[in-house]
Amino acid sequence: MRDVILLKNLSKSYNGHAVLSGFSAEIPLCGVTLIRGASGAGKTTLFRLLLGLEQPDAGEILGLEHRKPAVVFQEDRLLPWATALENVALGSDEARADAVLNRLGLCESMCQLPRELSGGMKRRVAIARALAFGGDILFLDEPFTGLDEENKRIAANAMLEANVPILVITHDDAEAELFGEYCEIVID
Amino acid sequence: MPSKRKLLQTALIALIYIAVWEAASLLVGKELLLPSPLSTLSRLAVLLTKGESWLFSGLTLLRIMSGYLLGVLSGVLLAMFTARSRFAEALLSPLRAIVKASPVTSFILLALLWLSSDMVPLFISFLMVVPMVWTATAEAIVQTDPRLVEMGKMFGLNRWQIVKKIYVPSVLPQFLAACTTSLGFAWKSGVAAEIIALPQQSIGYKLYQSKLRIETVDLFAWTLMIVALSMLLEWLLIKGMRRIRSDA
Repeated sequence: MRDVILLKNLSKSYNGHAVLSGFSAEIPLCGVTLIRGASGAGKTTLFRLLLGLEQPDAGEILGLEHRKPAVVFQEDRLLPWATALENVALGSDEARADAVLNRLGLCESMCQLPRELSGGMKRRVAIARALAFGGDILFLDEPFTGLDEENKRIAANAMLEANVPILVITHDDAEAELFGEYCEIVID
Repeated sequence: MPSKRKLLQTALIALIYIAVWEAASLLVGKELLLPSPLSTLSRLAVLLTKGESWLFSGLTLLRIMSGYLLGVLSGVLLAMFTARSRFAEALLSPLRAIVKASPVTSFILLALLWLSSDMVPLFISFLMVVPMVWTATAEAIVQTDPRLVEMGKMFGLNRWQIVKKIYVPSVLPQFLAACTTSLGFAWKSGVAAEIIALPQQSIGYKLYQSKLRIETVDLFAWTLMIVALSMLLEWLLIKGMRRIRSDA
């Protein structure tokens, strides 16, 4: 397997509007890589292309074959009818989900439905779901939205403990610092 | 268990209705036009002692519930089909619109030409249920949040797990609501079909006989039986639904 993700001349348009145009980059498959860019620059589009949720109009992505991504989407995407524990156990098992929820300080809220949780708690459940899934690469789209400083730190540490390559979209320099050392890819 | 207060309230409401009925009956003063609650209930009590009444009610129930269950099943299958394929939706939606817009009597008369009198109520109940369950379920399937489906795929759920863990809980409230509403329609249209098709052993046949012989007390007693059976079915369905919802 490669030790980088190779993005070669990626292009993607929606309704004739080019979001990415001939974008090329190398993303190291170790440590933390930040994807930066102005609003509307195509960060989330790149994220979706990397996850295989959409196909590029042109260009190719190499190095992600046979990898199992764990994702924190920009929205929480929790099942409204399932408890926090059931949501986290969706892609894993209850024992692992229980452990990760405890790690993120949600042991009291495991049996609560999303509508009973605050915005920050829902975000932590979404993070816990990705961590419990046990992917071999973490994709995080604005992962700390709605979290207070303490919970941002706890969540970032838990992500680093997973010891897998991490790709993060974030606007916030302070949030980027939570990961310690990182590489940066900028989309113009 | 309903509370004592709730039971008392229900009893009070029932008494109010019976009192209004009694007053109206006294006002009219002719049992032939409006029998009193007492004579209707006495007649119903007599009917309940007869094995024939139970047999007829049971067969009516069997015909209508068979049509209802077949209708629910077909409605779900059609919803799955049309929610997945635009062509199927375009092809089949005119049929749904025709069934929805046509008077039930037209279908009963047509069914009389095609089917035996025993099958007409079953067919009519089926026909009333299908479009209601089909429309509600298809809409719910289409409205299922695609972002949740995408999330499920990313977290390794297979197609069956996506149906079970995302589509079913998402569709369930609208589906169950359609099941409750269509039960009433199936029941009413099924009995109407019996009155026209006259299967020999049915409540509809008994209603028709009562009308023919101008036995208004019998007409009221059988109608009361229909209402009681309908309420019992609805109560059982709602109870069953609560169980399904808590299991889902």
